[in-house]
Order: sequence, then structure tokens, then C-alpha cells
Amino acid sequence: MTFTFISIELQSLRIGASANSTFSGCLRSESSRAFQLPTQLPLASPSLPSSSVSSFALMAEEKKECAFDGEKAAMLVKELRVQFNSGKTRGYDWRIAQLKSISKMVDEREKDIIQALQKDLCKPEFEAFVSEISMIKSSCKLAIQELRHWMKPEKVQTPLTTYPSSAEIVSEPLGVVLVISTWNYPFLLSLDPVIGAIAAGNAVVLKPSEVAPTTSSLLANLLQEYVDNSSVKVIEGAVNETSALLERKWDKIFYTVEGIVMTAAAKHLTPVILELGGKCPTIVDSNINLQVAARRIIAGKWACNNGQTCVAADYVITPKDFAPKLIDALRHELEEFFGKDPMTSKDISSIVNEYHFIRLMKLMEEDGVYDKIVLGGQADVNQLQVTVTHIHLSCSFLLTYFRKIAPTILLDVPDDSHLMTEEIFGPLLPIVTVENVEQSFDLINSKPKPLAAYLFSNNEQLKTKFVNNVSAGGMLVNDTILHLTVPALPFGGVGESGMGCYHGKFSFDSFSQKKSVLYRSFNADSSVRYPPYTSQKLNLLKALMSGSIFRVLLSLIGWSKD
Amino acid sequence: MEGDLEQLRDYFRSGKTKDASWRRTQLKGLQKFIVEREDDILHALKLDLGKHPVESYRDEVGTLTKDISVALDNLSNWMSGKKIKLPLGAFPTDAKLVPEPLGLVLIISTWNFPFGLSLEPLIGAIAAGNTAVLQPSQLAPASSALLADAIPAYLDNRAVKIVQGGVDVTQSLLQFKWDKIFFTGGSRVGRIIMAAAVEHLTPITLELGGKCPAIIDSLPESFRRQVMLKRIISAKFGTCSGQACIAVDYILVEKRYATTLVELLKGTIKEMFGENAKENVARIINKHHFDRLKGLLNEPCVKDSIIYGGSMDEDKLFIEPTILVDPPLDASIMKEEIFGPLLPVITLDNIADSIAFVNSRPKALTIYCFTMNDKFVQRLASETSSGALMFNDTIVQYAADTIPFGGVGESGFGRYHGKFSFDTFSHEKPVIKRPYFPDFWFRYPPWSNKKLELFRAAYAFNYLRILLVALGLKRPRPFSDRF
Repeated sequence: MTFTFISIELQSLRIGASANSTFSGCLRSESSRAFQLPTQLPLASPSLPSSSVSSFALMAEEKKECAFDGEKAAMLVKELRVQFNSGKTRGYDWRIAQLKSISKMVDEREKDIIQALQKDLCKPEFEAFVSEISMIKSSCKLAIQELRHWMKPEKVQTPLTTYPSSAEIVSEPLGVVLVISTWNYPFLLSLDPVIGAIAAGNAVVLKPSEVAPTTSSLLANLLQEYVDNSSVKVIEGAVNETSALLERKWDKIFYTVEGIVMTAAAKHLTPVILELGGKCPTIVDSNINLQVAARRIIAGKWACNNGQTCVAADYVITPKDFAPKLIDALRHELEEFFGKDPMTSKDISSIVNEYHFIRLMKLMEEDGVYDKIVLGGQADVNQLQVTVTHIHLSCSFLLTYFRKIAPTILLDVPDDSHLMTEEIFGPLLPIVTVENVEQSFDLINSKPKPLAAYLFSNNEQLKTKFVNNVSAGGMLVNDTILHLTVPALPFGGVGESGMGCYHGKFSFDSFSQKKSVLYRSFNADSSVRYPPYTSQKLNLLKALMSGSIFRVLLSLIGWSKD
Repeated sequence: MEGDLEQLRDYFRSGKTKDASWRRTQLKGLQKFIVEREDDILHALKLDLGKHPVESYRDEVGTLTKDISVALDNLSNWMSGKKIKLPLGAFPTDAKLVPEPLGLVLIISTWNFPFGLSLEPLIGAIAAGNTAVLQPSQLAPASSALLADAIPAYLDNRAVKIVQGGVDVTQSLLQFKWDKIFFTGGSRVGRIIMAAAVEHLTPITLELGGKCPAIIDSLPESFRRQVMLKRIISAKFGTCSGQACIAVDYILVEKRYATTLVELLKGTIKEMFGENAKENVARIINKHHFDRLKGLLNEPCVKDSIIYGGSMDEDKLFIEPTILVDPPLDASIMKEEIFGPLLPVITLDNIADSIAFVNSRPKALTIYCFTMNDKFVQRLASETSSGALMFNDTIVQYAADTIPFGGVGESGFGRYHGKFSFDTFSHEKPVIKRPYFPDFWFRYPPWSNKKLELFRAAYAFNYLRILLVALGLKRPRPFSDRF
């Protein structure tokens, strides 16, 4: 198939740009009109080839024909099972070869990857490198270095009752696994679990997110080119394809975002790993190095995909009298990072699609919320692009918009507003003030368990209390996000923020079955275990179970106290 | 019910159950229960399952006693968490994995080992600092009643509740939000539990069963032969009459050994259980399971393959230890988990075929193999998949607390026993503490090529390069302005 991409930059639409708190009102009056634009524009555009509209239906039909349905999914799984059963994927050599290829792929195709992330999310090149490419590189590197070590059976001691014996825990691949990924880090969150699945010796199907379409198709092409595609497959698609995949029996499902997957998994008793999100709280105490704290909060919020990150700080809790200082510090550092007008900064990601843009605007516009904006609040739909896709003779068009929302800080929004009850997943940061910083624990515990919790403080007592009283997937004191980069730490949620964990060795473990293997010899067979049962046997058993050699001896010579 | 659960949850929130001293007291209470009420426990098991007291002690009282002391001995060690090494780039950072309790957990137990399979997970739940609701199986009524009546006197009632009842009670329990559900039972109910857990995204552990094969590669010389026979027979008829998830389900053996093996098995059964097997072999739990087992035997062609036993006493719900040779592979007895005293012997031309035989069926909880052939040991370890793999013995893997107990595929997921029980009911929380100094400027926007270069060096752990770039002694690689 030949693809021709023609990108036409049409125009830039601005729907609101004032950097003050009165902005929201004017946005509300304009927003409804602005959001309709995408459907009207392409028809009115004179620069589009005339055939494009008429052939749109044709394309849809063609797509329907080759759709990935239940039958195809069944074939796919069957094929992979044959591959897995052949034992090919179990060998060290196969695993290491695949991992090395992925590593090579990331090195060689870095530019393509960055370009795809630019297209999908307008992600700054720098951010793409730091938060996706380099993470995959180090993940690959670690797996290649450690694989032999990970694969080694773990020897364990056996108790007196089973003496003499030797026991070990053997890691074996689970079989055919499914990885369903998401769009905010479309490259990282697709490949990182796949690396774990391959390292553990499984056959893998990856379903990247259709919300980041360029990265999705890039992944499909790259993996086909670089890794053994008889055992590692990429299926692109949306809801229909996902449900067709979920119909089948898998040995493990790794799912990032949302939990409907468990219903499907229950049918086949498939174990699942759910990497979800949640409202990650950040407590800021008053006795701190404010500049560093502010920088680290910003780095973990707006400099990470503009807040569209599962571990981004969702809201800040701080003592009432400290809030103005914190806001000033954030304002100052934000200006340092993104300049006077953050809307023109190239260092900030855009909002992924119209749905999320509208969702975030609604969060901001809610009654009682929009007048709480103390910083930011601007929103833009700009850099509108029309991409004409030419496949053979039929044409179609794709619209690419870049939607930006500026870093926005809100002070003391109502507790029952959507902003404080839903995961924000965007550049809005509400600050909640409390009288006493210790009250923040109750506030956090009144909400579902988050994926991460952050504390900025120099108070050792408070740190201990924070660790003991707050439950979260992971916690980090005096920084944000950074725990993700430590492969020695498991990454995963608890409660509403998900279940199961990965990264480094934990990825390997998540995709392995830990098989207990016990080796016994025929020697030293004690008749005490077997019928016919007698009271002497009972006494000896009691002594054996107690683990005391002395009692064993006593009961053997018939001097047991029982 | 709702109110009770809210109280349990409040109690958890109060933080009381997180104290090491509280956990210790509860474990000691459980220990006291087992010591003081041992006779009642053995009696209840006799009533519910006709288990011989020695068998009951071996499989339930004894293992529980041992596992409680293991938990008590190791509790402070388990609770202390793990230090984690970090790369130099993160220096000076302090990272730790801290185990924390999940909250309110639900344990749904079963009837074949009504004490072991109820209290074993409870030990883990308490040791990890959770509040718990335990539902023992209604099908073992005497044991269930003993647990419900006696436990409150030994454990903190604000943290542990025993709820008796049948399917309706289970169903209403599943409506609520739990922080973990631990289920032991069959895969059909396992699916229902998992589907119910979806609603609240509850993590679950499913301890299911499956057909555990015993592969015999040859008949060894006399001493080993005797040991092997005893171990197989006791793992079938001596463990609650085969009503155990890790009981031997069927035997795989080469054709040439089959006749001798069957004769030897017959002899061992007689030797172990005597002429009157009813005294020493447990009975079938209830009429439903009795009829199910009867149905398995009555299928066409299956009846003809019985070569030992087969008699039944419907009034006493007793089935004699029964051996079958080569029943049809498509009969229910070879497709479903048997869970009773029927032992099919399947003959193969070559024992190496056993690997394909086992792999063509759902994954078992345990594969047993009797062999002295190291190559075969290696092949089994690497080419088959099961919850556990055991060479030259049976059942004792349940008693070894240093290895995890749990299934894979159809035999369940999640694992427990010893430290693994503690882990099952804990969340391992990474806790990282950072100082404010040093704070690297290149982490933050505005982005530049130099910062990118520093990151490249940092992620490659190339510390010298970091220094050179930072000092301006090395020029960053230029980047095109494509975007």
C-alpha cells in the first residue's frame, strides 16, 4: 500500500487568550461556537481535492471489509498459541534477540518516534525524549543486562517437615498475553509492558491506543520490521477491535486506563494487571525550600504532557497562610519555564483531542469553580492541520488540531465540584487550603486510593505520619514523578488506582508464573504420614510440625508428654 | 450487614490493626484457639467428613500450628520493608518498599479442609494488618459452626467477623466493596467471584483446583517403589478421600508397567487402610458430590475400566478406594476434576508423551512426577506449566511455607503460605525521600539542546559525559528544527 500525506496548515483559531480570572466568562459565550468548527471546516475548505469527500464513504466500506472481528481474533490467538507451544519464545536466545532489536529500533528510529508524538500530542521533542524514548531505552537495557539473572530459578529453604528435599521457584512464561495501551505516553506505555512480556518469554499482542493514531501505526510498522512477528503482533483499532480481542482467552491481560476489561477476563479466569490513575495529592508543608518545591511540582505537572499523566499532581494541599506564597512561587517558576505567555511556548504539550479539551473546559467552567482561577485559564484551538491521505486512488482527510490549555491554578474550589471528585488529567491544578497540614491525611483518605502521593516537608514526624497514614500506589517525599524512573521500584496502583505492578524485574515477574518446584528423594521416608493412623504417629507429627528436634526425639523414644 | 462492614472499615481506619503488637496478639489468639480447641476441631472434622484424627492433625491442625509460629517468628522482619538500591544519578535519595495493609478483606473458604483453608489465609490477612470477614463453607456445618462460635472468644471482634451461610450470603457479601477477595473453591464459582469483583475493581486471589497428574516414569527397585506407592496412595485416598485440590487426580505410566503398578497399588491400599477402609478413609462430603462421583463411574465404558474397588455405601456416603485403567479420555472422569477416591491409570506408549498429554489439558495446580532421570526432570521443569511441580513426593508442598502455593491458568491465580500470605494481603508501597539539594536545573523547561544532551548522558549512566556537558566542555549534538 502506498500512503501519501499532504499536510496543509489552514489557519490558527484563537478562542480566548486573556490571562486573568475574568476570562472564563467570555470563553463560555464563545466556546459552543468554537467547538463546532472542526465539522464545518473541511467542507468549506477550498484547498481540499474535490474527490476527497465523495470517496470518504468508499474508504469506510473498504475498512469495514478488512475489519478485525471475532473470527480474526480467534485465528490470531490460535496462531500465537502454536508459536508459544513450539517453545520458541521460552529460550533465552529468542528473548534477548527481541529485546536487542527493540533497543536497536528505538536508537535507529528515534526521529520517527518523536515526529509521531509531535503529531499526536504536540509533545515537545525534549519531553518526548526524556519521558518516553529514554525510559524505553533504559528499560530495555536493564532487561538485556539482567535477563539471565531473572530467569534463574530461585532456591528456597525447606522446613523440617519436608526434610530431606530441595526446593526452588522457577519463573515460566504465562503463554499468550494481551497488552492494551493508552494515549498519553503512547510509545512508552505500549512498549514497556511488551518488554516485560517478551523478557518473560510470552507471545504478545499489543493494541495501541487509537486516540494517538500516528504512534499507533508507527508501532505497528516498527514492530513488524524489528521483532519476530510470528510471536509479537500489533493490532490497531478502537472499541470493536478491543472487544473482539477481549472475547478470546488470554493468559494475562495488561491494561492501562479503565476497568471494563475485568468483566471479559472473568469469563476465562484471566489474571489482569490494571494500571489506572486517580487523584494524586501533593501536600506542601510550610517549612520548605519553596523554589525547589515549586519547580518540582511544575516538572511533574505541566512539564509532563501538560498534566495528562497518571502520576501528575492532581491537587495540592497546603496550610492556609502558606498558600499565597506557594502560588507566587509557582507563578514565578512557571514564567521562568514557559515564558510570559505559556500559550506560545513550544515546551508544553497540547490536549490530546476534542473530547478531552471539552471535558477540561467543563471542569474549569463549572459554577463556583471558574471564579477560583488565580493563574492561567487561557485556552486555544490552533495550528489546525488538514492531512489528506491518499491510498491508491481513494482519498480521505484527517483533521489534526492542537488544543492548548495554559497552566491553570485554582484556589479552594468547592469539595463537591467535578474538579475535586474526578481525576483531572490536564493542566488544571486546584490548591486546597487547610488550617493544619495534618488535616490533609483525612482529606486524602476520604477519596479513593491514588496512584501516587507526594509530600514536600522537612518535618521528619510528618514524613513518618504520611507514610503510615496515607495509602497510595507509591509515594515520594520532596519530589514528584521521579519514582517512575527507578527500575528497582514496582510501579502500580492499589484500590481504585489499579492492581498489579511493573517496571524492571517487576515487569518480568508480572508476566511470569512463579512455579514452585520441590525435589524429594526416596530416602528418609517417615511412615508417620501414612495410614494406618495411630496415636504414636499423632505425637510424632505434633513434634515434627513444632519444628523442634528435641520433641521429635522424645516422641520417637516414646517419652512424649502428650 | 452494611453496618457491620462499616464498623470493620472504621476500625481499620482507626489504625489499630496496623500496630505490630495488635497483629501479634491476634496471631497468638489464633494459636490459643487451635491448642485449646484441638479436640473440638478434630471432632468437627470427624462429623463433617469422617476424617481420621491423625489425618486431620496432619493436614489442618498441624500445618496451622506451624504456620502461625512461622508468622509470629517472622512478623517484624516482614513488616520492616525492603531498602532499595538506586542508581548513582538519584543520589542522595532514600528509597524503601513499605508493606501496608489493604484494608477490609473477604475470605471465602471451602469445605474439604474447613479449618486449614479458612484460617491459613486469615493468618496472612491478620499478619498484614487487615480487618477481615471470613465465610466458612456451609457444606461442612460442624466446622463452620465451631469457627463462628469459638473464634470471637479468641480474636478481636472489631476486626475479624465470621459470617456463616450459603450461596445467598456469598452473593450478598459480593455486593459490597472489599479491598481484596480471597477465594478457595471451584473454577465455576471462581468466575462468578471475579465477575463480581469487577464492579469495585477488587483484586482477587483464586485458589482453584484442576486435574493434578502423577507421572511415573518407571518402577524403581523395591525400597523406592514402596515409598512411591505410599506417597501416591496417601495423596489420593489419604487426603480427605481425594477431595483435595492437590490430590493426585490420575496416573500416567508406560503400558509395560501398568499391570504391575496396579497390583502394587492394590496391595498398598490394603496395607494402609486395612480390610475395613471406612475407618481410615474420609467420606464424601454430601449427597450431591456422592451422586456426581457415582455419575462419573456410571458413564459408558468407564464402568468396564474399574479394576479395583467401586463399591459404594449411599447411606454413609462412602466410596471405596477405586482404581480404573484407561477409561475413555473423552469421558467426564478424564475431563473434569475428580475430587474423590477414584484413581484412573492412563497408559502411554512412551513416558515422554506425558508432557504433551499434560500440556493439552488446562494447567494443573500441581504436577507430580516420580523419576530418577535427570533429563526428564529438566524437560518437565521447562516444558510443562503448573502451579507447582513436585518430584518424587506428593502433598508436602502444601506444608512448605518457603515456597508459594497457588495456581496458574485454570487452577487460579495469586499465591499464599508463609511470607507469600503476608504479601498477598499487603500492598508494597514504594516510598522515596528526596532532599532539596542538589536540584538539577536540566530537569525543567525551557528545554534546550544542552539539557537534552545532559539527559542522554544521565540515562546512559555516563557520569563523565554529564560533567563535560555541564561544564560546557562538550558540545551538544545539534537538533533540526523540524517541528
